[in-house]
Amino acid sequence: MGRSSLTTVLLCQRLFLSCVVIGSLSFSFSCSSKNPERSRTSPTASASTQQSSNIGIVTVPSFANVAEDGQWTMPAKNYASTRYSGLDEINTGNVRNLKVAWTFSTGVNRGQEAAPIVAGNTMYVVSPYPNILYALDLTRPGATKWKYEPQPAAAAQGVACCDVVNRGAVHSNGKIFYNTLDNHTVAVDATTGKELWKTKLGEINRGETMTMAPLVVKDKVLVGNSGGEFGVRGWITAVDAESGKIAWRAYNTGPDKDVLIGANFRPFYAMDRGTDLGVASWPPDAWKIGGGTVWGWISYDPELNLIYHGTGNPGPWNPDQRPGDNKWTSGIFARNPDTGEAHWFYQWSPHDLFDHDGINEQILLDMNVNGQPRKVLVRPERTGYVYVLDRTTGEVLSATPFVHITSSKGVDLQSGRLIPNEEKTPVMGKVIRDICPTAPGGKDWNPSAFSPRTGLVYIPHNNLCMDFEGLEANYIAGTPYLGANVKMYAGPGGHRGEFTAWNPVEARAVWKLKERFPVWSGAAATAGDVVFYGTMDSYFKALDARTGELLWQFKVDSGIISQPVTYRGPDGKQYVAVLSGVGGWAGAIVSGDLDPRDQSAALGFVGAMSDLPEHTTKGGTLYVFSLP
Amino acid sequence: MSSRFLSPAPNGATCTGGQWQPVITLIACLMIVAANVSCNNEARRGELTQATQAAPPSQTAQSSQAAQIVQHNDTPFLRVCADPNNLPFSNERREGFENKIAEVLAREMGRKVEYKWWAQRRGFIRNTLRAGECDVVLGVPASFELALTTSPYYRSSYVFVSRKDRRLDIRSFDDPDLRKLKIGVQLIGDDSANTPPAHALTARKIVNNVTGYTVYGDYSKPNPPAQIIEAVARGEVDVAVVWGPLAGYFASRQKVALEVVPVSPEIDLPFLPFVYDISMGVRRGDDALREELERVIERRRAEIEAILDDYGVPRVGREQGMRATS
Repeated sequence: MGRSSLTTVLLCQRLFLSCVVIGSLSFSFSCSSKNPERSRTSPTASASTQQSSNIGIVTVPSFANVAEDGQWTMPAKNYASTRYSGLDEINTGNVRNLKVAWTFSTGVNRGQEAAPIVAGNTMYVVSPYPNILYALDLTRPGATKWKYEPQPAAAAQGVACCDVVNRGAVHSNGKIFYNTLDNHTVAVDATTGKELWKTKLGEINRGETMTMAPLVVKDKVLVGNSGGEFGVRGWITAVDAESGKIAWRAYNTGPDKDVLIGANFRPFYAMDRGTDLGVASWPPDAWKIGGGTVWGWISYDPELNLIYHGTGNPGPWNPDQRPGDNKWTSGIFARNPDTGEAHWFYQWSPHDLFDHDGINEQILLDMNVNGQPRKVLVRPERTGYVYVLDRTTGEVLSATPFVHITSSKGVDLQSGRLIPNEEKTPVMGKVIRDICPTAPGGKDWNPSAFSPRTGLVYIPHNNLCMDFEGLEANYIAGTPYLGANVKMYAGPGGHRGEFTAWNPVEARAVWKLKERFPVWSGAAATAGDVVFYGTMDSYFKALDARTGELLWQFKVDSGIISQPVTYRGPDGKQYVAVLSGVGGWAGAIVSGDLDPRDQSAALGFVGAMSDLPEHTTKGGTLYVFSLP
Repeated sequence: MSSRFLSPAPNGATCTGGQWQPVITLIACLMIVAANVSCNNEARRGELTQATQAAPPSQTAQSSQAAQIVQHNDTPFLRVCADPNNLPFSNERREGFENKIAEVLAREMGRKVEYKWWAQRRGFIRNTLRAGECDVVLGVPASFELALTTSPYYRSSYVFVSRKDRRLDIRSFDDPDLRKLKIGVQLIGDDSANTPPAHALTARKIVNNVTGYTVYGDYSKPNPPAQIIEAVARGEVDVAVVWGPLAGYFASRQKVALEVVPVSPEIDLPFLPFVYDISMGVRRGDDALREELERVIERRRAEIEAILDDYGVPRVGREQGMRATS
């Protein structure tokens, strides 16, 4: 997309948002009434027309287009990361009859970000720190088969940046794999709960933690670290699934040999070509504490034999202390899963200014672009754009705003570079207002879903802006320091969250729902044309995947920031499961008992969430729903 | 610094560039910022507990958030919240200057010192003082949103540290030699925050000759923050810019002689201070303990000064560093 069309998109986006904001600010939905928050991008565009035009134009790659087995063995459901289940017993016609089938307490009232995992007749749930793994017997609903307690070091809690969350486990070949906050990857026998191996991969004493959900590819468990806030050096590591031994590790800063950049590295854009850019694009030695962590999502294309993973933001602040593009932070790598060797890289945010980790989910799709079939990767990013990349080459096919953006002026598709807005560049001590999106971005870690039946991507996300207001003095480890006083607040329309159905072919929103709070849960889509997500004010919701109509909602005990899943139980019925338990970066005001008067806590996020305690208390409960 | 400086600053007050007016506003901003050094970082991004291997979080710490007023006159203990591995301030073997000062205070108060050990990172105040696990933090900024503070008992400055045999004589951020020398500076991490010298160097576009050291160090080793001073002694960097109490203590313990010089200016225009007042902190509402501490600090001032001298804590404006209790 050229500059002129980009401008048009931005304009449309603004018009659209002003459209969306008209309407009730009341969030009192009822199951039967039509959703007053629903809005379409254009009053003349029929959603169903748009969707049907997509069929056949955008599809799930054949490797992910397999017969539905009724399980949910990895958080993203499949290697393409569609979070789509072929189950259709629960559908638009009957979802309003959903009832609680059973519940289970994780026993930990901290932010629950995990996806429950279902393999065979067992469900596996990982709690936040202390990272207890529960195996629940689905033939005796809610009964615990066993639990495994890795007993991570308590000190890890003070190192975790954004609540002591865990994003879930993965089941593969009779084993459960997951990460503990104190940097261990563990393998547990899925039947007995016996620990098979436990490998230490990082060091809390250097500021590292692990919170992400692994991906298992062939015989390797792929994991990465967290801790960009503490000046760690980011990495992704492959651990042998049988032995627990480290097979390879690729750093995301430093010399090419550490990054596993070799002869097969062919980035699409000139800005990513050269020797040792992971050193040369930093001041001397700064790459050693430069960030680029891997705490988000990994996808895998078995046909290309490439994994895709994002990299976290660079450090330190302020950005002027690290002139250069700060490779390979705030970007995405395609790597060979057997060796870790890098094949291509693209940087969402060269020389990132806004704490824009590039770790979000990538949905792998096959799509017609300008009449040509392309293997693509769709990525709603913190920068506020939905990117469509050719996943064989890393070429950006489109980058379109899905939220209100002032921090940048678009993506130059010739160079691949984000075009920064100089007026919104944070400068130490300077007051800068109306920076949109904020540090958590247009969308943070919480993953989207894709339905091949509608051709739409369902994006749970934020609608936040922020002000940099001069300086604020702080104190840690005996040492005084100064930071920007960041204040976050609702973006255009006054609501802080949105749930958007996105047409990736036409690069536009088909409908959007407004939410009072940032939507910090993931989404799941089904063949019953129902889309599920949860809200921080503790509603679990089912939408019509085509129209966005709210079909059903249920008030759970605490805010939802986790990943819903659906599965077929041993009785043949379809179930939907989700963890409640508010927290995370957005919900820390509740889970961490932060002072709502401290507006700048959690990098200004508390300021935007000061009313959250009026809407939810802490929790940690698994809810499982089914039709009566 | 006048007593105005010691008055509590408005909650969350900050100085903004857009509001800066020369001289008067500058002074006001300096006062507010310096007096408002607060421990907000402990709440950053909402993590929970910081515990060390030696001090796992207790159930009380996790469950109790309410500030409990303890009847101090009825207890034989002065309950101190402290980091078990953060010399020169404190450690588990009670070798830090805050440990020593705590002993002086307790003796004067007719009590014994009892510690709640907790790494001084995020969640420190929340899980110690506010959880009712202890009653006083020996070193907090003069105005501290999360606690009630005594009047400051010392004021220190960021300092330049270099080897004496190098005869660098760096005294100012504006010394042209800083563009050529290899400089070590402590970094906070991300979160739109950094140490004042990191900001000052960046503002002067002194970047490519700067090496960053995390302020946290490697907590698995003794004295995590000593790393940057050791780098000066070994010659890995020519000069380091370090918070005074750290620099003074570790500089005197190297095998080679190091020079410790307070930075100048004391403030970078318009409002980046390098000098900070340090107080003791008690729970909000615990005015009785604060008043008692202030009386004791005043009575034992000479001993406290001697301890600070022993530990090589560089002080600036020390004649104004304390005041009578109000």
